[in-house]
Amino acid sequence: MRQGITSRSDKRWFPVSAISRFVALRNKGVAGLAIFVGTIIVLSISLMTVSAPWISPRDPSAINVGPVLASPSIDFPLGTDHLGRDMLSRVISGGSIMLQVALLSVPICLFVGVPIGLLAAYIGGTPEKVTSLVMDCVYAFPGLILAIAIAAVLGPGVFNMTLAIVVVYIPSYYRVVRSQVLSIKELTYVDAARAIGASGPSIVFRYILPSVLPSVIAVSSVNFADAILTAAGLTFIGLGLPVSTPDWGWDLTNGRQLLPSGAWWVMAFPGIMIVLLALGFTLVGEGLNELLNPKLEVQVS
Amino acid sequence: MGSGSYIATRILMTIPTIVLLLTFIFFFVRVLPGDPVLLHFEKQARPEVIESLRHQLGFDRPILDQYLDYMLGVIRGDLGKSMEDFSPVSEQVLSAFPATLELSIFSMIIAVIVGVLLGVVASRSYNSSADHFLRFFGVAVYATPIFFIGMLLQLLFGIGLHLFPTGGRMYPGMEPCGLSFGGTTIRTGLYTIDSILEGNPVKFILALEYLFLPSVTLGLYLSGIFLRLTRSNMLDTLFAEFTIAAKARGLKAKTVMYSYALRNALLPIFTMMGLEFAALLGGAVLTETTFSWPGLGRYLVQRIAFRDYTAIQGAVVYFALVVSLTSLVVDVAYSYLDPRIRV
Repeated sequence: MRQGITSRSDKRWFPVSAISRFVALRNKGVAGLAIFVGTIIVLSISLMTVSAPWISPRDPSAINVGPVLASPSIDFPLGTDHLGRDMLSRVISGGSIMLQVALLSVPICLFVGVPIGLLAAYIGGTPEKVTSLVMDCVYAFPGLILAIAIAAVLGPGVFNMTLAIVVVYIPSYYRVVRSQVLSIKELTYVDAARAIGASGPSIVFRYILPSVLPSVIAVSSVNFADAILTAAGLTFIGLGLPVSTPDWGWDLTNGRQLLPSGAWWVMAFPGIMIVLLALGFTLVGEGLNELLNPKLEVQVS
Repeated sequence: MGSGSYIATRILMTIPTIVLLLTFIFFFVRVLPGDPVLLHFEKQARPEVIESLRHQLGFDRPILDQYLDYMLGVIRGDLGKSMEDFSPVSEQVLSAFPATLELSIFSMIIAVIVGVLLGVVASRSYNSSADHFLRFFGVAVYATPIFFIGMLLQLLFGIGLHLFPTGGRMYPGMEPCGLSFGGTTIRTGLYTIDSILEGNPVKFILALEYLFLPSVTLGLYLSGIFLRLTRSNMLDTLFAEFTIAAKARGLKAKTVMYSYALRNALLPIFTMMGLEFAALLGGAVLTETTFSWPGLGRYLVQRIAFRDYTAIQGAVVYFALVVSLTSLVVDVAYSYLDPRIRV
């Protein structure tokens, strides 16, 4: 199974060989299929969101473009909300904030959590004990409540939401990296590297880091889904961007209040989009997890 | 290590964790935003008003004094005064918490029952289409925002079928008053238990009806994790030497499945219940907002809208204490169930 991903025998131009390897994933069992379907979902939603200004039929923020609370029809395929805004246009552009937050927060988590985990586990002793105590503390705390508290204090904004998510999820990377390094650093090849005179940093980053990467990749893919869901949750309880920015989370908040009137379409379509996006990332993460480390169980919580 | 000293170490380890958490929360909620009083008024109050509120709440004292005061206060059970209505935060928090606790208990029961049952089914038909479907169900439930599950259930069972109430905790005026004799009343704040104490079956049924949709929402969300755990544990134990030995001795497949494999797979599920309690409380905040359930999560969300920083801090601190104490209790209980853990 590993062959499909790591094979280097393909002599074609890189993008071509990459695409053909990606398409071949469909036939690599359930895990390969999960990665294939997940990637397609994530790419199509991202493409839709990026090209929203050109493809949405109406201005997503313009009010009274149609009747108020119209159910889905030919003119308004996904209906309109209580201000007469076109739900189709809002669904097309409503993922932008969530995607921005996820694209910002996951790399920051990676660049902070992975080095701290590597160094702490490699150095050991008191520094490791202290960082582990702090990380375990944050990890044990209900992530969403912590994110809510931080976002409430910092106020709305893409960067503040990102920061709230980063603080919550750094410990997941730290824990995975630390536990792997603790066992890897006892292996013979690390001893060999030390014996041929490799320096501390070079052992950590050239010898140990590559062995840790597969599990880090799987964690970060599931983490994209976590970031999307946390961002949606923050927006839902009113800690997102100002209401004027179209966002699936806001539409769900609106939809909740409109539900008793029977206007299910205001919340249903944005909700389905969040589910699809998070599902796409989770499928990729689960599939990668199974292909890259058959033994490792990633904690998804 | 004996069980007494394990428990003592575990309790001692909880103290630095709690101190560290409270320090984090103090730093984030009280120090990081700058001046909470200015933020509370959004800079729209007269300087004298701001100054007097600051003095009243003790915010004009050195930050280290405030910190020590706050930590000592938490030990005494004092979480400060609300910036909005000046009543003690600890009273408000304590009156909101039973609703969250009741919701959490019922959700956990639903999550464990649904998750373990589906996990056993999945592992029994390992690698079949039923197994793949159930694994997909586990992933899909995890990827669905909890408030979206809640709204779909509201739409189907509440607005569509008119089977269950879609919001609130009780029919107004029907709150159970518990058991009273002489001049004293015993009340737990859990409506199901209070209505039993009162001996009022109508209120008991009503309480269950109001609980149904919120706890199914939260329970479904967590059931995916239990499904996944049960499945992987069952698969591990089904191929372990002791189950193979049991099969070799000629025991029936059913006996091996349930009294050998499942029994050993259940222990980690107990630990998981402790670990997932944190995720449960996080999910409770969103569930309570979706169903207007008057618990601690909704209190937190409402106070955020008022920029009531002392109340936000109090609610978060209370959540932190509950999580730390639960994990302590689970670890100690687990050391009795599985003595290997104490080593």
